Amino acid sequence: MSKKLRSLILSSMTLASVSMLTGCKDAVLIYSKGMVGKDERELIFTALILMLLVVVPVIILTLVFAWKYRSSNTNAKYDPEFYHSNKIEAIVWGIPILIISILATITWKTTHELDPYRPVEVNGTQPITVQVVALDWKWLFIYPEQHIATVNYLAIPINTPIHFKITADAPMNSFMIPQLGGQIYAMAGMQTQLFLVADEPGDYAGRGVGFSGQGFNGMTFNTHAVSSDEFNQWVNSVKATYPQQLSQDEYNQLVKPSEYVQPKYYGSIDDELYNNIIMKFMMPSMDNMQGMGHM
Amino acid sequence: MINFLGRLSWDAIPIHEPPAVIAGVGMIGGFLFLVAVITYLGKWGYLWKEWFTSVDHKRIGVMYIIIAIVMLLRGFADALLMRAQQAVAVGDNMGYLPPHHYDQIFTAHGVIMIFFVAMPLIIGLMNIVVPLQIGARDVAFPFLNSFSFWLFMVGVVLVMLSLIVGEFAQTGWLAYPPLSETQYSPGVGVDYYIWSLQISGIGTLVSGINFFVTIIKMRCPGMTLMKMPVFTWTALCSNILIIISFPILTVCLALLSLDRYLDFHFFTNDFGGNPMMYINLIWGWGHPEVYILVLPVFGIYSEITSTFSRKRLFGYNTMVYATACITILSFVVWLHHFFTMGAGANVNAFFGITTMIIAIPTGVKIFNWLFTMYRGRIRFTAPMYWTIGFMVTFSIGGMTGVLLSVPGADFLLHNSLFLIAHFHNVIIGGVVFGVMAGITYWCPKAFGFKMIEKYGIYSFWCWLIGFYVAFMPLYVLGFMGATRRLSHYDASTGWHSLFVIAFIGALIIFAGIGFQVLQILLSVIKHKQNQDYTGDPWDGRTLEWATSSPPPFYNFAFVPTVSSVEPLWDDKEGKAKIFPENRQYEDIHMPRNTGIGALIGGFSFLLGFGFIWYIWWLVAVSGLAIFACVVARSFDYDTEYYVPASEVEAIEEKLRLRREQA
Repeated sequence: MSKKLRSLILSSMTLASVSMLTGCKDAVLIYSKGMVGKDERELIFTALILMLLVVVPVIILTLVFAWKYRSSNTNAKYDPEFYHSNKIEAIVWGIPILIISILATITWKTTHELDPYRPVEVNGTQPITVQVVALDWKWLFIYPEQHIATVNYLAIPINTPIHFKITADAPMNSFMIPQLGGQIYAMAGMQTQLFLVADEPGDYAGRGVGFSGQGFNGMTFNTHAVSSDEFNQWVNSVKATYPQQLSQDEYNQLVKPSEYVQPKYYGSIDDELYNNIIMKFMMPSMDNMQGMGHM
Repeated sequence: MINFLGRLSWDAIPIHEPPAVIAGVGMIGGFLFLVAVITYLGKWGYLWKEWFTSVDHKRIGVMYIIIAIVMLLRGFADALLMRAQQAVAVGDNMGYLPPHHYDQIFTAHGVIMIFFVAMPLIIGLMNIVVPLQIGARDVAFPFLNSFSFWLFMVGVVLVMLSLIVGEFAQTGWLAYPPLSETQYSPGVGVDYYIWSLQISGIGTLVSGINFFVTIIKMRCPGMTLMKMPVFTWTALCSNILIIISFPILTVCLALLSLDRYLDFHFFTNDFGGNPMMYINLIWGWGHPEVYILVLPVFGIYSEITSTFSRKRLFGYNTMVYATACITILSFVVWLHHFFTMGAGANVNAFFGITTMIIAIPTGVKIFNWLFTMYRGRIRFTAPMYWTIGFMVTFSIGGMTGVLLSVPGADFLLHNSLFLIAHFHNVIIGGVVFGVMAGITYWCPKAFGFKMIEKYGIYSFWCWLIGFYVAFMPLYVLGFMGATRRLSHYDASTGWHSLFVIAFIGALIIFAGIGFQVLQILLSVIKHKQNQDYTGDPWDGRTLEWATSSPPPFYNFAFVPTVSSVEPLWDDKEGKAKIFPENRQYEDIHMPRNTGIGALIGGFSFLLGFGFIWYIWWLVAVSGLAIFACVVARSFDYDTEYYVPASEVEAIEEKLRLRREQA
C-alpha cells in the first residue's frame, strides 16, 4: 500500500472518530465549559492521536496480511523460514517504546499540572471555598465564607476558582461535574480537594459517580454558574428567604438516608459542622462509646 | 430452636419478587430436568465413576469448561437484563428493575463473568492442554486438581443459590467498603459474595501451585524452558500471577469477614478503619487477575496463528520476554484503578507511566502475530477468524486502556461508561474471542471430533458485530458524562438513543451465543461426520497433536523427547524423532480416581452456607468433616497404580488400527 493512501486513511479515521464525538451536542466532556475540563479534554485528544499513529496501521496491516497470505492465494510468497529478523524485532520494540516515551513525558507533565489539589489561577481572582459532603443519597454543599448551605444544588460564580473540600458521611462516593472537569473521591473521616472553574454562565449537571448503594441514581445536582454579582445576590436571597440554620441537630436529621432529594437551602450554618463531620470518624461515636461501656 | 437455622427463615425465599421468582423457577426447573434426564438414562454411576471422582486433567478440564459455558448463559442473562433496563428507564419511566434487583444483577454479572466464566475457561483449557503440550501423563498433583475443581463448584453453587435463598451483594463486583460493611449492607448478599469467592479462590490458588509445579517439574526430556510451547509459557506466567496474587484476595476478603462477623474495623468509616486499604488490596489482586486471564489467551492466539499460517511463530524469544515483562509489570500498576482517590501527582504519574509501559510488550506481541501471518499460508478456519477479530478489536481496547492510564484523562473518564466499554473491549475482544478460538482449536483433541465450523463462524460474526454495536455507544456515552451502575437517568442527558443501540448490540451477541450453543449441540449429535482419528486434524506443530484424539488416559504410551520449540513439525519434516522406534511398552504409573475432592467440596459448601446464614453448628460440623476428609486422604496409601504394559499395548494397538482405517 502506498504511503499516501496510508496517511489518507489515517487522517480520515482520526477525523471520523473526533467528529463522531463532537457531532453530538450532549457530549459534555467535549463541550467542556471549564478550564480544567478543557485541559483534560485536550490531553485525551493528544493521547488518542498519538496512539492512533500505531493502532491504525496495525489494524490495516492485520487485514491486509490476512487477505494477502490466505492459503488460496498461491501467488503470495510463502516463506516458512521467516520466523526471526533482528531488524523487524528492533522496529516492533522500538515503535511502541518511542510512542510510550512521548506519552510518558506528557503524562508526567500533565499529571502535575492537572493535579486536582493544585490551586487554579484566574487573573488573580480570590477562590471561593465550597465544602462538599456526600450523604446517603444527596450532596450537601457548605459555603463557609458566605455562611450558607445547600443540598443538591450548587451555585458558583464564573471565572472564579472554586476550591472544593470534599468528604463523606456515608459510603464512599466520587464528586463530579462532568462539563467542568474531573472528579475526586469523597471519603468519610478525611478530606480531598478539587479546583474547578466555570468559564461561562450556564447550568451544568453534577452527580455522584462512585456507586454508593440503593439511592445512587438520585445523587444528582444542578450547578448554576452565574456572574459574581448574581452569585452575591443569590447568597443574599438564600439568607433572606431561608432563615433556617444548618445546625448540628438539623444535620442529624439530614444525614438520614433519603432518595431523589429536592434542593434545600439553609440561610446560616454552624461553622464547626464540616470539621465535626470529618472528626467524628476520628474517634468512637457517642453511640459506640456507650456500647464500649457495656463491654 | 430459634437459632437452629441462624438467620435463615422462610422470608429468605424471595417469593414476593417477580424477577427473582422467574429466575429461581427457571433455574430449579433446569436443574430438576437435568437430574431427571440423568436418572432416566441411568448415568449417575457413570458420572460419579468416570467424571466426578476423576483426577484425569483432561476430564477435569472438560468439566470446568462445561460449567463455564452454563455460567456464561447466566452472566449474559444478567447483561441482557441490565441493557434492557437502561434502554427503557429514562425520565418518568423507572424501568422494570428496582435498584434492589438491578444492583444485585450488575454485581452478579461482574462476579460471574470473571470468576465463574473467564477463570474456569482459562483453567479448563490449561488443564486439557498443558500436560499434553509438555509431554506429561498428568499434572503434578492430580488429587489437588480434583479438589480445586470442586472448590470452584462450591463458588458456582453459592452464587446460583443466592438467587433463590436470600440475595446477592448490591455493591459492585469488587464489594468496596464501606458500602460492603454491615452498616450499609446488613443482609446476606455480601456474605454470599465473600464465601463464594473465598472458597473458590482457594481452589484457584491450589490450581496455580499445581500447574506451576507441573510445568517446572514434569516437562518431557529435552524440553528446556526456551523450548516450551508459547501457550505453556503463558500458562506458567499466569500461574505465577495466581500464586502471588490470590493470597492477597484471600487476606482481603478475610479482613472484610472479620469486619462483618467479629466487629473489627479494618475498612469501616469509623474507629479508624480505612476503606482505601481494601481498595488497594483488592486491586493488588485484581490487576494481576486481568493478566491471569489474558496471558494464556495470548498463548492461544500464538499457537493458532502459527498453526494456521503454516509457519513457525515469529519472534519466539521476544514473545517469551514480552510475556515475562507483562507478568512483572502487572504488579506495579494497581493504583491506576483509583487515581481519583487524591494521591499526589508523583504517585499518580508513576502508576500512570508503569501502566502505559505494559503497552510496549503487548504491542510487540501483536506485531509478532502480524509477522507470523506475513509470508504464511493462512487457512481461514473458525479459530483464525477469532484471532483476526481479536487483533483488530484488542488494538482498540488497548488504546483506550492506555488513554485511561493518563491520570489527567482518567479524572474525566473514571467511573464512566467509557471505562466499561474499555474493559469489555479487552475482555470480550481478548479473553472471550481467544477462549472461543481455543475451544474450537482443541475440541478435536479433547473429544476426537471437530466442531462444525460453519456455526462457529456465524457465531464469530455475531459476537464481533454485536460487540461493536453494544460497546461503541458506551464509549460515546462516556464522553456524554454517563456514569456506570445507573439504573435510571434523566431524559435531558440525551443518552437514551445510545442505550437503545447498545441493547440491540447485546441482542446480536445473544445470537452469537445461540450459534455457539447450537454449534456445540450439533457437533456432539453429528460427531461421527467430523471424527478425527489421526490425532492431528490441523496439521499441528506441538506435542499435544502427537498423541491420538482423545488421548488415552495416560496421554503418551512412550515419553516423548523433544529438541526444538516445534517437535511435531520437526518430526514431520524428518528432522527429529519424538518417539523412539521399536521400543517395548512399559508399565505406566497413574493416579487412582478418588471421591474425596467431591466430598470436601460438598462439606465446603455446607461450611460456606453455614457462615452466610450464621448456622454455627453447621459450620462446626462441616469444618470437622473437611478435616476428617483431609486426614483420611493423608492416610490412604493406595492412591496410585500401574497400568500393565500389556494393557497399554492393547489400547495402543486399538488406536493404531482405528487410525489406519481412517
